[in-house]
Amino acid sequence: MPQVLGAVVRRYGDFGTCEDAVQEALLAAAQRWPAEGVPENPRAWLITVASRRRIEMLRNEAARRRREDAVALEPAAGVAPAGDDSLTLLFLCCHPALTPSSQVALTLRAVGGLSTAEIARALLVPETAVGQRITRAKQRIRDSGARFVLPPEGERAERLNAVRKVLYLIFNEGYTASSGPALHRVELSAEAIRLTRQLRGWLPADGEVAGLLALMLLTDARRPARTRPDGALVPLAAQDRSRWDAAAIAEGVDLITATLATAPIGPYQLQAAIAAVHDEAADAAGTDWPQILQLYGLLRILAPGPMVTLNRIVAVAMVDGPATALAELDVAATDPALAGHYRVAAVRAHLLEMAGSPQAAREQYRLAARQTLSAPEQRYLESRALALRP
Amino acid sequence: MKYLILIQSNEKSLEVWETLTSEQQMNFGRDHRRLTEEMQAAGVLVASEGLADPSLAKWVSVRDDKTIASDGPFAEVKEHLAGFYLVDVEDFEQAIAWAAKVPDAALNQVEVRPVLDMSGWDF
Repeated sequence: MPQVLGAVVRRYGDFGTCEDAVQEALLAAAQRWPAEGVPENPRAWLITVASRRRIEMLRNEAARRRREDAVALEPAAGVAPAGDDSLTLLFLCCHPALTPSSQVALTLRAVGGLSTAEIARALLVPETAVGQRITRAKQRIRDSGARFVLPPEGERAERLNAVRKVLYLIFNEGYTASSGPALHRVELSAEAIRLTRQLRGWLPADGEVAGLLALMLLTDARRPARTRPDGALVPLAAQDRSRWDAAAIAEGVDLITATLATAPIGPYQLQAAIAAVHDEAADAAGTDWPQILQLYGLLRILAPGPMVTLNRIVAVAMVDGPATALAELDVAATDPALAGHYRVAAVRAHLLEMAGSPQAAREQYRLAARQTLSAPEQRYLESRALALRP
Repeated sequence: MKYLILIQSNEKSLEVWETLTSEQQMNFGRDHRRLTEEMQAAGVLVASEGLADPSLAKWVSVRDDKTIASDGPFAEVKEHLAGFYLVDVEDFEQAIAWAAKVPDAALNQVEVRPVLDMSGWDF
């Protein structure tokens, strides 16, 4: 679907009514092809029909048109859209004028081809809310004057950054909104992987896109072991690794290995490498923590942040012992970026437990449980506190 | 992320309500409806309702497999939930901005609480 949409938008430049034209073209195809036979070049047929319908709709809307420069460009003689159009569309959906959740909704709709209802169900918000978000997002893009072309050379790297971020957001929404298996609910993490594969197809030389795909594969591979049937969260160290998706791990490991050998290093690649080290260990005890510690050290330089700091401290504990890690945590906690962050308490609790101070650990687990915004984490933290009851 | 904006009814809010003119009281309801529409148009509204008086509520418990539904406690409750807006926005700041538009915020105060999600964190 995106190829047809992309082709129509490229010619007529107005994002808003193009989807309707495309849908009508598809409907026409569904009605006519069974009787008349599939045309020799089905895509060209669809594009021509959608373009014609689009012209009709433009004429009908002429009186209501808000922007004078939504002018029809002279259609090119031949039909030659390729992956280029879909990539341009993806770039457009991640325009900086949009909020992150608008970028997510628009990408899922226009590039992913999900219906508004499917997006709403996946995000657990009303369909009307998603519809409005998408409508307003399109309007903002129109108002920004963005055209259906790739961003200029100077902006391309930054826009690609935004695209990767949106895809990763979609992947994580798959965890955030999930409430167990549900019929007819699109799996957002699978959708994110699919879209990232597409992106990798268009930009095979980009190391960070490859890194992002590897990271998604290696993270998603652990999903079957991440939650118990009752919905409780199982920490990495306690997961039943026989339930991990071995094929996804193999693919992710191969991908990150190949990428690290050739591409300039980047944060997604480093995160993927860390995930690969975890996923390659036969059991928790076999985890190569020194390597993970080194990788977090690199990540701290390349893409510092509160989560990186905290995760690295956990690795320090595994390599140099909990006392050293606790000392580093005390220093790190003075950073305003980490102040009051519930995960400081969660990590502190974990380290205190490792260090053999169960009552102090219990206090920190309970503190963290009150501060978290994650329901499964809250349960996990409270269960740790309960387990340490004197 | 989702946030719940809670509107509580208590002694203080009732006092303030009594100081309003009849017209102001009518506008209050109209302003709530307008805000709901505004939230809908912005694509942030998940749900919003006004709740009936606690005297119309039932309290439900189950003991020995038997369902018991009784009228509320006879003693006056200090505070009860009068209504809410559940919004899905980018961050706390946005939620606060919307809460500030709730008419009760100008008269008294409203509470904004983050809603728990299902995110997880492997380390």
